Amino acid sequence: MESRLRIFLLKSISVLTLLGLFSGCSLMPVDDAPYEDSEPVIKPQLERRTITEADIDSEDFEASAFVGVMSIEDFGSNVVYGARLAYHITEDFFTEASIGRTEADETSFETLSGGAQILSDSQRELTYYNISLGYNILPGEAFIGKGHAYNSALYVIAGVGNTEFADDSHFTVNVGAGYRFLMTDWIALHVDFRDHIFDSDLLGKDKTTHNLEATGGISFFF
Amino acid sequence: MWLLTAAIILLQCFITTEALADDEYYKVVVAEPYMEMHTGPGRGYPVFHVVDRGDEVEVIKRRTDWFMVRTKRGKEGWVRRAEMELTLTPEGEKTMFAEAGFGDFSRRRWEGGVLAGDFDGADIMTVYAAYAMTQNFSAELSVSQVFGDFSDAIIGRVTLVAQPFPEWRLSPFFSLGGGLIYTDPNVTLVDESDRTDQIASAGVGVRLYLTRRFMVRAEYKNNVIFQDKNDNQEIDEWKAGFAFFF
Repeated sequence: MESRLRIFLLKSISVLTLLGLFSGCSLMPVDDAPYEDSEPVIKPQLERRTITEADIDSEDFEASAFVGVMSIEDFGSNVVYGARLAYHITEDFFTEASIGRTEADETSFETLSGGAQILSDSQRELTYYNISLGYNILPGEAFIGKGHAYNSALYVIAGVGNTEFADDSHFTVNVGAGYRFLMTDWIALHVDFRDHIFDSDLLGKDKTTHNLEATGGISFFF
Repeated sequence: MWLLTAAIILLQCFITTEALADDEYYKVVVAEPYMEMHTGPGRGYPVFHVVDRGDEVEVIKRRTDWFMVRTKRGKEGWVRRAEMELTLTPEGEKTMFAEAGFGDFSRRRWEGGVLAGDFDGADIMTVYAAYAMTQNFSAELSVSQVFGDFSDAIIGRVTLVAQPFPEWRLSPFFSLGGGLIYTDPNVTLVDESDRTDQIASAGVGVRLYLTRRFMVRAEYKNNVIFQDKNDNQEIDEWKAGFAFFF
């Protein structure tokens, strides 16, 4: 089971890499020829002055808060909330760290049996953290009405992390996709769908569980 | 739909009222016949405005390799770094933007990253921070979480890393370290209790510089766990991940 997860993780990493390669925009900076070819008309024989990062405000970090619904396999769906911090490496790639928290409902067995409880109240809390790599697969503009255009991007994301559930830590792979809608240059709305995949033996048998999460959030670039 | 539109536009009004003083921004003069302004910080966004040679623009901010500039008439758009580097300062000097590059990679001071992999059949995830004392030697502090079938563990380690060829893009390194491993048996096993043991590691690995402040790192470590029992436990550890440097 553990190895199946690893194979899955490796696959998702290679898919991301391939995506990057196919779209002709790897992590290496691409220089378009037309700009390089044109000779500057004015050629002053002066020393170049390097503008340091302090001179210009760079906004490569993005912090966000989100809330939504997360389904824990066999344990129903509940409200999930959390926070994310992303760093935009290039216009295509970003890394993201996130934490989230939700609570498990009763399994069907617990509900039907009347009184039997598989987990105590404190064991029903689920918290997760993960670190992922994202790729802006479809950047573009969205139009509202006739006079308003907003930048947006559809991205795919995958990563690894830890899920604490029922007094146990689970190595977790997450994959998903999201949509970023920039209201201004530095404020964005997000819709995110993630699958948190981990192995669990909670119900007696070792199995891979899929825990789907749908969230909406707001983020700020800084 | 109308509600959404209204909400977004309303929100925007509140947000854009944060006006900044004019002379706060860095100014550059267009030296090429023209400079293209895109609607967004990406290669696909359309060019909606062109700034002529000799015109001055203010540089508002930067995102990855794109700069947001404002013309004298108040038009705001995004310009790629390659084009920004062809501009002049108001004094007539060429501009160049500080950019972390390969040179900074071999001269880095701080490094931090995330690695994931295999720890004797169990999954492992590691977060680390390192400080380079010289180009060849750095000290590293790492925390790992191990997810096993029968027990979970947390490892804290201090490692000395030697890098014989700091100027190579694909640069190998050797490591030697020690620390503590805290093992927490899973709840279903009742007879084992939590314990803390000492751990020593020796390893080899490579760093590959990618772009900007970003690199990929892969490593193998051979660990010895000094247990209370007479036999020490030897564990192979394989990891790969990404890291930043400053």
